[in-house]
Amino acid sequence: MALEAVIGLECHIQVATRTKMFCGCPAEFGAAPNSNVCPVCLGLPGALPVANRAAVDAALRLGLALGCEIREESVFARKNYFYPDMPKNYQITQYDRPMCEGGALPVALAAGSRGFPLIRIHVEEDTGKSFHPERHGDRRISRVDFNRAGVPLLELVTQPAFRDPAECAAFLTALRRLVRWLGISDGEMEKGHLRCDANVSLRPAGQSELGTKTEIKNLNSIRGVERGVTAEIARQNLARLSGERIEQATLLYDADHDRLAVMRSKEHAHDYRYFPEPDLPRLRVEAAWRDEARAALPELPWTRAARLEREYAVPAYDAQVLGERRELCDYFEDCARGADGKLASNWIMTEVLRMTNERGWSIDDWARRVPPDRLREFLARVSARDIPGPLAKQVFTWLADEEGGVAELLDRHRVRVQASRDDLLPLVREVLNQNPGPVAQYRGGKIATLGFLVGQVMKKSAGQAVPQVVQDLLKAELGGQRPPS
Amino acid sequence: MSARESWRYSAARLSNEVRRGAVTAMEAVESGWEGPAREWEARVHAVAHHDAAARAAGSRAAVKGPLAGVPVLVKDNLCTTDYPTTCASRILAGWRSPYDATVIERLRRAGAVVTGKGNMDEFAMGSSTEFSCYGPTRNPYDLTRVPGGSSGGPAAAVAYGLCPVALGSDTGGSVRQPAAFCGVFGLKPTYGRLSRYGLVAFGSSLDQVGIFARHAGDVALLFETLGGADPCDATTRRTAAPDVSGWDRGVAGLTFGWPANLWAEGVEREIIEGLEDAAARLERAGARRVTFDFMPGEFAVATYYLVATAEASSNLARFDGVRYGFRHDDSSDLRALYTRTRTGGFGPEVKRRILLGTYVLSAGYYDAYYLTAQRARTRIRREYDQAFEKCDFMLLPAAPTLPFRLGEKTEDPLAMYLSDIFTIGANLAGTPGLTVPVGMTPEGLPRAVQLLGREDGEPELLRAGRAIEVGGEPARLGRETEREFAWPSKR
Amino acid sequence: MAIHREELIRIAELARLEVPEEDRDAMCRQLSEVLEFAESLRRLDLEGCEPSVFAPADSPLRDDRPDARRLDAARATAGAPESEDGFFLVPPIVENLEP
Ligand SMILES: [Zn+2]
Repeated sequence: MALEAVIGLECHIQVATRTKMFCGCPAEFGAAPNSNVCPVCLGLPGALPVANRAAVDAALRLGLALGCEIREESVFARKNYFYPDMPKNYQITQYDRPMCEGGALPVALAAGSRGFPLIRIHVEEDTGKSFHPERHGDRRISRVDFNRAGVPLLELVTQPAFRDPAECAAFLTALRRLVRWLGISDGEMEKGHLRCDANVSLRPAGQSELGTKTEIKNLNSIRGVERGVTAEIARQNLARLSGERIEQATLLYDADHDRLAVMRSKEHAHDYRYFPEPDLPRLRVEAAWRDEARAALPELPWTRAARLEREYAVPAYDAQVLGERRELCDYFEDCARGADGKLASNWIMTEVLRMTNERGWSIDDWARRVPPDRLREFLARVSARDIPGPLAKQVFTWLADEEGGVAELLDRHRVRVQASRDDLLPLVREVLNQNPGPVAQYRGGKIATLGFLVGQVMKKSAGQAVPQVVQDLLKAELGGQRPPS
Repeated sequence: MSARESWRYSAARLSNEVRRGAVTAMEAVESGWEGPAREWEARVHAVAHHDAAARAAGSRAAVKGPLAGVPVLVKDNLCTTDYPTTCASRILAGWRSPYDATVIERLRRAGAVVTGKGNMDEFAMGSSTEFSCYGPTRNPYDLTRVPGGSSGGPAAAVAYGLCPVALGSDTGGSVRQPAAFCGVFGLKPTYGRLSRYGLVAFGSSLDQVGIFARHAGDVALLFETLGGADPCDATTRRTAAPDVSGWDRGVAGLTFGWPANLWAEGVEREIIEGLEDAAARLERAGARRVTFDFMPGEFAVATYYLVATAEASSNLARFDGVRYGFRHDDSSDLRALYTRTRTGGFGPEVKRRILLGTYVLSAGYYDAYYLTAQRARTRIRREYDQAFEKCDFMLLPAAPTLPFRLGEKTEDPLAMYLSDIFTIGANLAGTPGLTVPVGMTPEGLPRAVQLLGREDGEPELLRAGRAIEVGGEPARLGRETEREFAWPSKR
Repeated sequence: MAIHREELIRIAELARLEVPEEDRDAMCRQLSEVLEFAESLRRLDLEGCEPSVFAPADSPLRDDRPDARRLDAARATAGAPESEDGFFLVPPIVENLEP
């Protein structure tokens, strides 16, 4: 009996607001322990929450981008359980009336694009951080820091719509791109901006009802999700083969050892006693706010990628790479408008991305140094075969490091591009004289030899000749006609 | 009157004397401690924390505002930076808040001085101030009787003369019932009119900060000072608090409801006499009585004990021995730390209510109990809405009995809960209520009535309270002592 | 009785409270009494009564601006039973065990 896996994801997205979800503490990362805290996020007696508009707005934008239904009046609820990184021993979240429901995220897969349907998106608060137990005198202790407590989170729950771990990874990659695109989150999984739990069950292929599911927590990288889910599918398969029943359980994925550990919990432990948060009014998102947010949404990555393919005649692969980040897309479009799209995309995808990577610059850093008009001029020169290839790379580097247009840069570095017939003809003739053998081979029908001759001329010109011009001259000198066949 | 006797002044008069320089803030604050407190505090035990240095600092910092130099005893569940805030619970033993509650901030901004923290039932759970980790407060009119609760300390302190006004909190009658037992005014405002920021939560949807005073005018003065929206409390209303400046305008043209079915049985004779006395005073002052039946209080009590305990079970989860307060020493693992800290830190009544609330919210019971109670609450609000179509306010008992004796109800929770039968409805409906003293019984216990108003009905309640205050036979709290509170001669 | 001993133990565990053996019967009785009293709500006609909400509907959301309520680590941990270097200290948190 063939079994198929059914996987659902629960993603937590940390919203990049200035302040926390329910208080005015900075929501930044990396401060000294317990220094970004106040009575509210420390859960001091008497403190009360007030919801942050910017976090709600982020949920709204994400919900709209994914085509969710936005509830005009949603409800905050308390989820009650004891944990030392939770200041109040309850988490303010949303339960039976979340802000967004339904919707889907389009994901580009090898077999084409597919929309993965969502159940809901809601707003909640993050917990603090506790550290691995350590020795402290004659006993062991854990340290707790509440700087992260109360940072806004969006929880996004998918339908159990995934069939294999690769789909999960592709979904997360697309989700990460979207939250960055919308400016909601930095989306860096290593920093915990994006976290993921997965529900996994197996069932006979073709059966519609779901098997017993287990939940894997702690999937903190896209690779981790892929490997954790793979491991759990294997574990469940093995259990079934040996006739065991799958027990509902919570598992922790240990990425360092690629291992799953069952989380022990006392009987009856999971009774969260949800009830509406009495300290907060209902969360109202009026039609006007919703419509305004909808109108202000940027063109979404999947729509934009399709348009780039269409408008700039770039291959689908290029459109995907460029569409990874909104500012990259913007830069590309500014450079490619009225130019050779494919050429612009080649230079941006290879050279711009390589250089920004090497130097740790953002696309915005790059665009400040090389505004689109400068790159456009450069591309025009390359496109007109004004600059030979090896020289073009050099000019490109000068472009990044220095001021001025292409002509100015060439002057400054005392480079004369040898593009004219008069400049090059003496070199061409010299090469033909010095290489009688290859010349004979060429004339004998070995066309590939032309490449060798072009190379020799380029060498003599110290890389300053334009290869296409050299090639034309060589052909003319070798007889003004095609080699005999 | 000398500065030493300034404890007899109303808050309005006292601040006036301080502003014009006749009395210093220090004298105003200390006079209650040097006079009446010397005689009564050791026996009554109204105060949970006091600190002469903190009072002196507070007096020096007092600005010449509308409450200049006025000493205020605040219940021990309001966060203050200059005194411990412990909710009379072992679990918060010695805890000092790093912040002031919004109402405390507003008091200080008006020139008032926090004169100490008032004793209370632990976490405001109780109706007698017997459930305090510091021991009970006694009724200053009869030391064998309770002062009511849970804000028994502030009520008793205002009654014996420590300070002219005090702050409590009222979740199910915790200001109005002790006000009645101690013979002072006690206001529970409309939900959302006074900030709860810094009031340690018990039942979040029911809690309101309340005001004790010896005069209707002082209640108005404090309400004006404290009321209004607070950006730190999302449950406060944005609109301006109702204008109570007309508290002395009289009641001509107002109608009051007389739901006599409520005291047909189970209410002591002296209480009914007090109601009739108050009704007569109101009618003499030009108000009109309308009689109708009103929903019996049992439904409200039932609803209340489901909603309040559910919210409390969650609100009190934060007391776990990690970030503040008491921690049980012998806790090698976290589960033990939580369980031992909470078991050792909370008193019996608090544990009882946490257990009840946990049960009410737990899987399988939520719909039957919590959800039903929240629906019943809507029904109760409607009953109030309908009543206030027929009248401007209702006249009711504040409690079914005169102050009961210490120990009388501590072993019978349900009987204790039923002593709130007339006050709980207003918390469920979110509407205001005012306890008004109406003299004394022949054996020397205070008698009082309760006025219940519609949402934002504080102006009418205060006008009526004032009419009752000045309209009666010159009793101990009557017209002649309006500005000069006189403690009854020693019993 | 509405609450039996097993039920009492279950909710006590959820609430992280311990009810000593000798108090359990009394506690069950007291809680059951209140719950039985609460049964009176069944006599109330709740037709058309939605669960009530108390916080006012006009309450504004907060602007995303820092405020002055922030505490430094020393003040944040001042009331803690045990703290060190700005951290709160607790018995070891074993990651795969619910405390
Ligand atoms: Zn904070």
